[in-house]
Amino acid sequence: MTAVNEGTYAGSGVQAEYRTCRFTGLKIERNAEILIRVNAVAAVVFLAWGGLLGLLVALTRWPAIQLLDAELFYLVLTGHGANVLVFWIIFFEVAVLYFAAAVLLNTRLAAPKFAWLGFALMIVGALMANYAVLRGDSSVMFTSYPPMMASHWFYLSLILFAVGALVAVCCFFATLVVAKEEGTYEGSVPLVTFGAITAAIIAVFTIASGAIILIPTWLWSLGLISEIDSLMYKLVWWGFGHSSQQINVSAHVAIWYAIAAMVLGAKPLSEKVSRMAFFMYILFLQLASAHHLLAEPGLSETWKIVNTSYMMYLAVLGSMIHGLTVPGAIEAAQRRNGYTRGAFEWLTKAPWGNPAFSGMFMSLVMFGFIGGITGVILGTEQLNILMHNTLYVPGHFHGTVVAGTTLAFMAATYILVPLFFGRDIVWPTLAKWQPYLFGIGAGGISLFMMGAGTLGVSRRHWDLALTDAVHAFEYPPAAYLMMALNGIFGVLASIGGALFVIIVVASILFGRKLDGPDAKLTFPLHDRSRESVATYGSHATLKLPGTIILVAIFFTAFVLYYFVNWMYLSELWLLR
Amino acid sequence: MAITPPENRLWWKEPIHGIELGWVIIAFLWGLFMFFFMIAWHFIGQQNLSTETYRIQPWRFADKVEAFADEYQVVDENGEPVFENGVPVVRPPAGGDAYYLARLWEFWPILELQKGQSYRLHLSSADWQHGLSIQPTNINISVHPGYMHVINITPTETGDFGVICNEYCGIGHHNMTGRIRVVD
Repeated sequence: MTAVNEGTYAGSGVQAEYRTCRFTGLKIERNAEILIRVNAVAAVVFLAWGGLLGLLVALTRWPAIQLLDAELFYLVLTGHGANVLVFWIIFFEVAVLYFAAAVLLNTRLAAPKFAWLGFALMIVGALMANYAVLRGDSSVMFTSYPPMMASHWFYLSLILFAVGALVAVCCFFATLVVAKEEGTYEGSVPLVTFGAITAAIIAVFTIASGAIILIPTWLWSLGLISEIDSLMYKLVWWGFGHSSQQINVSAHVAIWYAIAAMVLGAKPLSEKVSRMAFFMYILFLQLASAHHLLAEPGLSETWKIVNTSYMMYLAVLGSMIHGLTVPGAIEAAQRRNGYTRGAFEWLTKAPWGNPAFSGMFMSLVMFGFIGGITGVILGTEQLNILMHNTLYVPGHFHGTVVAGTTLAFMAATYILVPLFFGRDIVWPTLAKWQPYLFGIGAGGISLFMMGAGTLGVSRRHWDLALTDAVHAFEYPPAAYLMMALNGIFGVLASIGGALFVIIVVASILFGRKLDGPDAKLTFPLHDRSRESVATYGSHATLKLPGTIILVAIFFTAFVLYYFVNWMYLSELWLLR
Repeated sequence: MAITPPENRLWWKEPIHGIELGWVIIAFLWGLFMFFFMIAWHFIGQQNLSTETYRIQPWRFADKVEAFADEYQVVDENGEPVFENGVPVVRPPAGGDAYYLARLWEFWPILELQKGQSYRLHLSSADWQHGLSIQPTNINISVHPGYMHVINITPTETGDFGVICNEYCGIGHHNMTGRIRVVD
């Protein structure tokens, strides 16, 4: 963006080029900026490709259309999972990590050459995975459970991508060290950086789990190892598969705080509580591998209960805390901004026309209500048998990863593009509607898939009618309705996703340059987003009636839905 | 701001907002409740998936299922063994052992169970991983090759139940079904 005082600074004998962003006051180093750009662009490219595959999946599972044939469907579904669940998200997260370390701490990116190496490895891995899938001999789904075997290219591609991501995470940690050594910030790191550190620590655990299982599986696919135990694979693989989603949670919660700060000038209610909540993630989120093993043979009840509950739900506690502190911080900021009437003026007068805010707030609400609650239900030892491997599972994680993470990342992009590409967002009206289209689409996908899953519809299944099966079975008509609605909302989300990609690409290429002395942002940031505020207390006098009502509604929904599922379970055949 | 270092360098000494503290306590207690409710269901509930598991060679398990089907296959009034869709219908002894094989791409054989009777259902796969999904009652259990999972199961309703594979198992996955019949 606008360079006010461009120049070269020498710190610890390392030459680094900085500019200062006129809108945020952030000091941005050249290497950090370029690497944030390339990672964000790569993310959007894989989102576009993976999203297109997702549309094909939704249209195939819409029984009246059933677009693709079975073989192609399984191929496309494998590609959809890899591209959006991993490549889009991890590329974007690398950009977020570099932002949270180098930019927020006013420092340079450590070891930029290694950062480029990590990026190159990730690109090679992502392209190789697509090559393996499109060859047609790796339609094993993203989970690739043995003894079913994919092409060795498939496993190798994931290993390369993971190594690249690990290199990027190391650059992030090294940047923290540089900032500390060179004293570029005072006191503790900002909360958003703390959240990014949480994400990075979980990422190291995740990548290690991936390496532990994917390297032997790769050797197995080359014929060097005779057998991979199917249960062992599942246990370790989910240390990678589920934990990678915990990186997303930490990253998108950090983004919620960042957007609330940058758009509304929000300040955490209490640094201590919010940081404790992130710390809970570091300690307990990784246990969630168990969520995928509750209907498995060979694991004890004790193991299942301790792990699936993240040790007495302490990581869920972390998320529930953020569920209060994020809207609470927004309410406090909005009341300070002058919206003090009634319980909800702060919310109704919020900048709903700013896609960064609307996307962020919808992400917060849907992650909590749709993704969060259903995740706890799915992860309850006995309740899992009602939904294991049904469409309820993808319904749940489209609530977390699509309506939660992806929507939050999209919202952040509307701030990232002006900040790091120096271009304003084009077509403000379309941009204003984009998060709503995508958010409503993603929310609908989640709800209708969960509806179908409740009716027993299998996930990863080409033919709802079971036309060619030996023993016929008819799903209830409601299941067909759910799948059609899922298709319709899939189309809606795809339109929202396509709009996002088009707006971002057009803004980067043709957006109004923001280098003039009086250039203004279409979607303005809060004037005081960088101000040190000591004028409103974070404790004692603060009243947050709106947030209390929202959280009470959330808690009631949670408790009711929890017991409804136990009621369903109690009507099931007896398993003793 | 969340994007700047906390202005109070001793942020950990700031008192916690009353609303926050209240919510942390409620959420923590709710977590404890949910945790202990899972344990409690093992004592008060009737739906707790057995964890009894044995290692077994897939071919050996397939042999066991064949022997089981031979022994307990239903015979009609003429003394002829009963098949349905070419698959034997097998009636395990009430309260006894039943064997059920998942393989590419069928569940074998057809089981005929009695309502209200408990069975030890031995479940395993001859080849890849599969998913046992009994519909419309909606019971979903993973099936692994090399592991024999012994499930204590008591049907509580009569009728024909579909068994659908819900673990992706290759190109014939959507044709993989089975049938369990529950009679009075």
